[in-house]
Amino acid sequence: MYEYIVKRILLVFPTLLGAAILVFFLLRLIPGDVCELRMAGEGAFVDEEALDACRANLGIDQSIFIQFVDFMWGLIRFDFGLSMWSGQPIVYEIGLRFELSLQVAIMATLFSIIISIPLGTISAVKADTWIDYVVRTFSIAGIAIPSFWLGILIILFLLIFTQSWFGVAWMPPIQYVPIWVDPWYNMSMLIWPALATGYRYSAVATRMTRSALLEVLREDYVRTARAKGLLEKVIINRHALKNAMLPVVTVIGIEFAFLMGGLVVTEQVFNLNGLGKLFVEAVTNNDYSLTQALVMVVVTIFVFTNLVVDILYAWLDPRIRYN
Amino acid sequence: MRKHVSILALALGTAGALAFCLTGAAADAAPKRGGILKYIIPSNPPSADGHRETTFGTIHPFAQFYSTLIRVNPDNPSSPTDFKCDLCVGEVPKPTNGGKKYTFKIKKGVKWHKLSDSIKTSPEHKAMTKLVGGKELTAHDIAASFSKIVNPPKGVGSPRKAFFLMVEKIYAPDNNTVVFDLKYPSGAFIPALSMPYNFIYSKKVLDKNIHFYEKNVLGSGPFQFVEWQLGSHIKATRNANYYYKGKPYLDGTSAVFAKKYSINLQALRGGRAYIQFRGFPPKMRDDLKKALGKKLTVQEGDWNCVLNVTPNNKVKPFDDVRVRRALSLAIDRWGGSNYLSKIAIVKTAGGIVYPSHPLAANKAELQKLAGWWPDLKKSRAEAKRLLKEAGYPNGFSFTFHNRAVDQPYKIVGTWLIDQWRQIGLKVKQRVQPTSQFYATLRRKKDFDVSMSFNCQSVVNPLLDVSMYQSASVAGNNYAAYEDPKLDAMFQKMNRSGDPAEQRRIMRQYEKRAIDEMAYQFPTMWWYRIVLHRTEVKGWKTSPSHYLNLDLSNIWLEEPLLSAK
Repeated sequence: MYEYIVKRILLVFPTLLGAAILVFFLLRLIPGDVCELRMAGEGAFVDEEALDACRANLGIDQSIFIQFVDFMWGLIRFDFGLSMWSGQPIVYEIGLRFELSLQVAIMATLFSIIISIPLGTISAVKADTWIDYVVRTFSIAGIAIPSFWLGILIILFLLIFTQSWFGVAWMPPIQYVPIWVDPWYNMSMLIWPALATGYRYSAVATRMTRSALLEVLREDYVRTARAKGLLEKVIINRHALKNAMLPVVTVIGIEFAFLMGGLVVTEQVFNLNGLGKLFVEAVTNNDYSLTQALVMVVVTIFVFTNLVVDILYAWLDPRIRYN
Repeated sequence: MRKHVSILALALGTAGALAFCLTGAAADAAPKRGGILKYIIPSNPPSADGHRETTFGTIHPFAQFYSTLIRVNPDNPSSPTDFKCDLCVGEVPKPTNGGKKYTFKIKKGVKWHKLSDSIKTSPEHKAMTKLVGGKELTAHDIAASFSKIVNPPKGVGSPRKAFFLMVEKIYAPDNNTVVFDLKYPSGAFIPALSMPYNFIYSKKVLDKNIHFYEKNVLGSGPFQFVEWQLGSHIKATRNANYYYKGKPYLDGTSAVFAKKYSINLQALRGGRAYIQFRGFPPKMRDDLKKALGKKLTVQEGDWNCVLNVTPNNKVKPFDDVRVRRALSLAIDRWGGSNYLSKIAIVKTAGGIVYPSHPLAANKAELQKLAGWWPDLKKSRAEAKRLLKEAGYPNGFSFTFHNRAVDQPYKIVGTWLIDQWRQIGLKVKQRVQPTSQFYATLRRKKDFDVSMSFNCQSVVNPLLDVSMYQSASVAGNNYAAYEDPKLDAMFQKMNRSGDPAEQRRIMRQYEKRAIDEMAYQFPTMWWYRIVLHRTEVKGWKTSPSHYLNLDLSNIWLEEPLLSAK
């Protein structure tokens, strides 16, 4: 097992290297540069010397080979450099947003687990009854409705509801405050995006729980447990559900990693200053250095989440051994 | 005589009504002290350095921290010609030495901000504040700031350097006098000097680190720095030592960066912000007015931005003046003004100069230009005749290059395609995100006809029209033509100190650029619609979203319920 974990950790490096090479060259295929965008993007007259000075300061006037060597050298030293847009250290830029994204991801994951496992279990146990149909409809709706659209509906609902009931329209805060500074304010801002993304997330996990549990419930050992006269509750909770959790854990892991950098539109809808919004801004600003760093962060999160999921497999199913 | 008096009364009445509409508010009551102005900025500033940036994303959060030498009159910001002293004493000085010397006397007792010890900021920020905080701002600071803008050292970007080509020398003979010697008299100098980007920085700080102001704030304006969290918000507190006694009225400000316009709108509706200074599309105005009713104030007016049609003069058939003129003649600007203004942030059908400026063409003058004729049928018939003469009796197909931004680019672009369809042209639209759009326009130049735009801060027509000069002279001429006649007219106009002569040359310049040669031509001028909660008082709209943003005039009638 330990050998397997070490091997998996070692495999992380070529994966990161491949991602680094890809993102570096793909970004440079996009026409335009950050200086042109920053200085001429609003239609004002711009002195060409200022544009040249900007390009020279950022090093984007150098050959692509030199830029690549610089990037790789920084990567080896875990030095992402400065954002081309703001001039701030990238570690600082990402650090500022990481906390918010992590909190939303954790809240959405908790919401999803709380909803999906009981609903998926009920749906499987009561398969093809009206309860199953209700749960399936609920989960299919969750998959079909994009999180950002649900987010827009939530905001509009809050505005209209509070206006008509209290006479004053209320919307969630749009400026982040950490949970330890003001828990109530923090939750009143983040609960809504967590609900919007958690609903879709829970829908996927509910479907997965249902189908995995249905499969397990048809296994011989479950039939044997029933024949022995075990309580249905014990069969489901102790014997079936744990074994059915393998694909569910995979889904939850992948979704969690996705939430860390993939809430691109939802973060914009709620004006969350998270990694997803930063990603969009980095790409639209042609901020190569920041985009590269963000891609590397997200790839790392995915790689390590997958590693954690694999380790959880072994814990959930002792038959699994990695040799 | 009586007739003249009546006309005068009518004119004054109309002007008064217009002024009322533009400012959107009756005279405010006496200003109240206190409150935090929460506002929203649909941008994320690249840096805090006004000298280096060109975006409103830097002006909206940071202008409140800085003084300027002169500025657009904050009590009359809609006027394109009314400039007032900020740091200088009295009125904006008249030039001497045949229009080539401007001497400004500087206010005494203006102090650099001191930062509170509780503020979390960088060691460098604290050290620089210790160096100059609480000390007097002098003419040397002003001279150093403008020297950085006009003659930046190597490696320091100054995008508006070209606005100061007339400046020969800047110096401070003593602590309270700053002098600008010009190479030639220029009507463009005072407007250029009043640009909102010309923040006054400390000479001592610049001498130590000329890049300090990119990441740090240290000014002498109405508000002092409290906190700037990248991508999230910026906070400021009242400068109790501000040199305009009694101002600012607010205790502080708190601005949130939010690019999405839906968030901007909902923040106003949901009480998370009092105001957004850039502007909204008409549909959003109508929706918010419906939701908030009397709780919303609308201030509207012409915007110093214009959308231009830019044919690539090096690509066939747009190298033929008849084809370019046909493109302009096909456009129904007067009609379009009525219906486009209901759905897009455009309204006025003007020429190359900001519509209400004295140098702008009046309606009668405009209607003599091809493309602005009052008779649309005649105009389109002429367009068809020109196409036929150029060898395209059945029209032709081309691609219209546009920016992938709805307001107003794609809306006006779609409308243009329909205008051109009516003279037999088949046009496809190719839209690109801003970065790629600029790469095509500025460097790749692989387009037939493109949308371009000219958006400036202070209305300064003598320089704002520089884009119509030859491409080798004007970096923002994307139409790729060379015309020494236009270049000569531009130079002559800019070196004239006589407004009447400037106006006369401007008409010739305009006629040649957009009518006779139709190298590139305006469609419509933008229209700025600023929405704010009625609690906000004392602020007046201006022709540009870069102006009147030091926030010192603003006061709040009552706090918003949910404004934390």
